[in-house]
Amino acid sequence: MEAKTEPIATRHAYGDALAALGERHEDVVALDADLAVSTQSIKFGKRFPDRFFNVGAAEANMMSMACGLAATGKVPYCSTFAIFAAGRAYDQVRLGIAHNELKVRIGASHGGVSLGEDGASHQMIEDVALMRAMPRMTVVIPADYNQAYRATMESYDRDEPMYMRFGRPATPILYDEIPETLGGGVDVMREGKDITLIATGHMVWRALEAADSLERDDGVEAQVLNVSIIKPIHSEAILESLGKTGVAVTAEEHRVVGGLADAVRQLAAEQHPVPIFAVGMGDEFGVSGTGEACMEHFGLTARGIADRAREALVLKPIVSRPPLFGPEWT
Amino acid sequence: MGSAANLAAVTHLRPVPDPKPPPKLAERAEARPTTAELERWATVLRIDCVRMLAVAKSGHLDSSLSAADVVAALYYRVLRHDAERPDWPARDRFVLCKGHAAPIQYAALAQHGYFPLEDLMGLRQIGAQLQGHPDMRRTAGIEVSTGSLGQGLSMCVGICAALRLDGLDDTAQVFGLLSDGDCQEGETWEGATAAVHFGVSNLTAIVDYNHLQTDGTTEEVMDVGDVRAKFEAFGWDAVEIDGHDMEQVVEALERSRTIRGPAAIVAQTRKGKGVSSMEGRFGFHGKPPSPEQAAEALEELAGRLEEQTRALHGRKA
Repeated sequence: MEAKTEPIATRHAYGDALAALGERHEDVVALDADLAVSTQSIKFGKRFPDRFFNVGAAEANMMSMACGLAATGKVPYCSTFAIFAAGRAYDQVRLGIAHNELKVRIGASHGGVSLGEDGASHQMIEDVALMRAMPRMTVVIPADYNQAYRATMESYDRDEPMYMRFGRPATPILYDEIPETLGGGVDVMREGKDITLIATGHMVWRALEAADSLERDDGVEAQVLNVSIIKPIHSEAILESLGKTGVAVTAEEHRVVGGLADAVRQLAAEQHPVPIFAVGMGDEFGVSGTGEACMEHFGLTARGIADRAREALVLKPIVSRPPLFGPEWT
Repeated sequence: MGSAANLAAVTHLRPVPDPKPPPKLAERAEARPTTAELERWATVLRIDCVRMLAVAKSGHLDSSLSAADVVAALYYRVLRHDAERPDWPARDRFVLCKGHAAPIQYAALAQHGYFPLEDLMGLRQIGAQLQGHPDMRRTAGIEVSTGSLGQGLSMCVGICAALRLDGLDDTAQVFGLLSDGDCQEGETWEGATAAVHFGVSNLTAIVDYNHLQTDGTTEEVMDVGDVRAKFEAFGWDAVEIDGHDMEQVVEALERSRTIRGPAAIVAQTRKGKGVSSMEGRFGFHGKPPSPEQAAEALEELAGRLEEQTRALHGRKA
């Protein structure tokens, strides 16, 4: 597969990689719940009709079937919207898949509010919290097409249950090539020493834009981290950056509660307490609008990240101090 | 066995190996166990259940007892399974969709040698392998973990789909044992729809219709009505039988194998069957027997076992 250069949605990477996995591995099967075009699992379905199960609007049945398929030696990829994958079918994912440590992959597309017009009923903003809380579940949110392609390909080589979140809108390309690996799930996208911007998914390119504006307008050098594996979170990479900058802003298209912000704050609170401000959804549901308008409405923008960074920087000299313990960061 | 008041009889419980152990797979295929033999084994399993629950002081005894005859027919005659090769790819699959009846499956597995009989007495204890509900990662012979009603039938459909991809759907039959509570869950009917849509050919769903649930009778709490007609309306082959009539049970299970489509067997049963003080009575769901109740139940079951054993020997002599 050639790396993309023009903006394209991460869900397309999932669909392309899934079809490629089907080509390579006989044991890969795919399930969808009447959203195969939206989730892009249709590419697999057209190529391998015998190994494709469209269960209709019955997500609970899809997840339990995946459990049965995986218990009998198959590697199922279940696709639907994030709202149904993590919300409607939570108990099925919990007992049948996570508890059993089965090699099932959940390709949850249309995560967050950027799906736009469908509104609150479809805008899933608590899936990361739900899936992070679920024992034995790995949670992945790639930042662009190229990383999403790698994430999907790599998912076959891992053994644990995985929840992968993809997005609806076309988003800019951040990785020039399809990366060789997700690695530990934290990539330094831009070097900086004054503040760390920790972002995931659709917020990574916005964090990079925010870093540009901070440099241009304030002379602040922001380090930008892309967290593609939210759980288990690669603590050393994050602590290393916090140790250097002493202050951070997290950014996610998700509730701050239970999401990336909480993951980073839990880590920092124990090992290196510094001010960590968050950009994300508050105690509120989404609304209808274009995807971009929804992001604007909730402050999930480069501007929103930069503003939070400026607030955090005010606090930095007052409360930040060198780390007391933890890995050595030089 | 001591009298009801003799607590020693239940505080020092040990599992008792059946003097007439189950036949191996090859023997089962050669000489099919008779109805009388199966009925006797059902009593053996019931005794194990009472012992386990008396020691665990927790669990669902009456739900296990109502399924005892179906489970005995499956493990001792119908299922092609082999304790020495629990991962044998072409084996039949048994999924206890009503996972709360785990003791009856544990008893059948232990009697067949999937794990030592002694392990039965660890039911629901910390550090022991036998969880409150079946756990595929801890216990040999458990195909998938269950315990959340409604999920089991869909899991069975998934297993059937995988078997078809492996070319094993002609030989391996998948049996799911549901409760009337399972039939209240919407997902069961999602699974029933999918089984027909995907043309599943090797699935048997047995409904242990015992008409009692946690809060009262099924009719009072949420009447599921004519379950046979419902399965039929979903496009299944569906029959209704007396779930305690061993001949009917075996006949229905073996017939379902020959049907090239999903087959439902609605087994009319009585909760707590085999223990007179519990049979068909409300108030025992999820409640372990008291030591007195357990002693009484064991006395009754031991008496029946003796009778059944004697009758078998008498016939052979």
